[in-house]
Amino acid sequence: MIKLDRVTKVYPDGTEAVKEVSFEVEAGELCVLLGPSGCGKTTTMKMINRLIPITGGKIYIDGRDSIKIDENELRRSIGYAIQDIGLFPHMTVGQNIETVPSLKGWPKAERSKRAEELLELVGMDSGEFIDKYPSELSGGQCQRVGVARALGADPSILLMDEPFGAIDPITRVRLQDEFLKIQQEIKKTIIFVTHDIFEAIKMGDKVALMKQGQLVQYDTPANLLYRPKNEFVEDFVGADRALKGLQLIRVKEVMSFPPTVKAEETVEAAGERMEQEGTNWLVVVNDDGKFLGWVDKAELGKGEMVKEVISSSAITATVNTVLNEVLSLMLSHGLENMVIVNEANILEGVISFDIIRKALTEVTQRRESE
Amino acid sequence: MLGAWEYLVKYPEKLAGWTLEHLWLITIAIAIAIILGIVVGIFITGKGKEHVADTVLYLAEIMMTIPSLALFGLLMLILGSMGLTVIGFLPAVIALIVYGQLPILRNTYTAIRGVDPAMIEAGRGMGMSERQLLFKVKLPLAVPVIMAGLRNAIVLLIGIAAIAALIGAGGLGVPIFRGLRNARMDLIILGGISVSILALLTDTLMSLVERWVTPKGLKRR
Repeated sequence: MIKLDRVTKVYPDGTEAVKEVSFEVEAGELCVLLGPSGCGKTTTMKMINRLIPITGGKIYIDGRDSIKIDENELRRSIGYAIQDIGLFPHMTVGQNIETVPSLKGWPKAERSKRAEELLELVGMDSGEFIDKYPSELSGGQCQRVGVARALGADPSILLMDEPFGAIDPITRVRLQDEFLKIQQEIKKTIIFVTHDIFEAIKMGDKVALMKQGQLVQYDTPANLLYRPKNEFVEDFVGADRALKGLQLIRVKEVMSFPPTVKAEETVEAAGERMEQEGTNWLVVVNDDGKFLGWVDKAELGKGEMVKEVISSSAITATVNTVLNEVLSLMLSHGLENMVIVNEANILEGVISFDIIRKALTEVTQRRESE
Repeated sequence: MLGAWEYLVKYPEKLAGWTLEHLWLITIAIAIAIILGIVVGIFITGKGKEHVADTVLYLAEIMMTIPSLALFGLLMLILGSMGLTVIGFLPAVIALIVYGQLPILRNTYTAIRGVDPAMIEAGRGMGMSERQLLFKVKLPLAVPVIMAGLRNAIVLLIGIAAIAALIGAGGLGVPIFRGLRNARMDLIILGGISVSILALLTDTLMSLVERWVTPKGLKRR
């Protein structure tokens, strides 16, 4: 648990970077510090591990006044993942991840075991990557290692300063999803700094919106969107908050199961099923339920078996994808429907424009009537 | 040219003797210059030492501008007033150490100051003490630039060490100055070429050392 009590930062020249900010992050919660650049969000975060000395107020880490904990001890007990990766280029991936465990004096065998576990946790093959140098990795892989390093000594608290900032949008979305999944497992108390409202809404259990060193609203993402405290929040959230609301909904909450046909069936059987279901498309699967592609009514005449007329598509989403991303994928690929699969490519459902529209209306009405 | 070759064939032990003297002189001087330069270079990168750093670097720069002959003369005065020997090995080594300081000091200083602040913050944020930060992050990352300074200094000192012959420190300067005094072209050429070859060989050796001490992840691929 992290508690900030009227935390203030005044620089020697009199600039007030952070003014009496108070909020509490429950254990296992992810709190996003959000705001325009220069709003004091990074300063606030860095005061938690005392990279920036606090000049007023108090910060409590699991009930202990942080100023009374030895500086290096404090930092070794708080995971830290920074902007622009910050991996040490002269150390291997393994050595990077072992940084804090080695500072804490863990025995070598235990450290290596931990590094392997963490690499697997962030979805990287430990055998392949542990002895590589950061210069041999892609941007996305570096970010993953950055997260693994922050988790090095299994801290209960993580500070993340725009950890997914320096990568392309598609990789960023994937890393966000993966990280949320990891967080469900590890349940850390996290402070996450970003200036991206989409990221904040997607990642945060709570969002602390800051402006000129002050905390404007500390709330759930939904309340930030639908119950803005004042005009600044409303402006920051933006006029398209309905669209942003899609970030709050995950595929699994709204998807439906599509009508299917097996690749080995005949086109007649497929046509019959379409008539039965009142659609002009079916999802093609194999015997194990693996997603193979689509079959369209207009294509039925072009062959005798379904597998001859199948049109394949590699664009899929998972049950944890947020609707906003599904919508943008559908629009950019000109899809009417988006297939939802699991890791083994087994069909789990489908999302259509209709479903998105319905979900959006419901959510907006519900929030505003609350 | 031919004269020099003939001399070498006739008296190889002479050249070997001068070369050994030369090597001995620069080895001692460089060893001390490296330790001094790196230690001082690291020291002046410390917090709140910006003014010290400016002064030290300025002094090192001034010393570089003193002509080597004048420096040897100056050292004679200083050492003499301290009651120490004014000719031979000691003043020569001191002069060489002084000349070696600038490239080593400046490169050590710039290299450490030039380490990406994000790296330093990452280290500090993970709980490294200032000492751990220096040895685990700053120094390894500074190695390539520090090594460039060392190579510079060594080649420089091999050349300057030839002048040390004037104050009786021996080395490859001996045949050069003897040749100058007695109009013996063969000796001048022999000494000059030997100094050049020595510098080239040492630089090649240093490039191997550089490759060996540079952290693997920093090597250019």
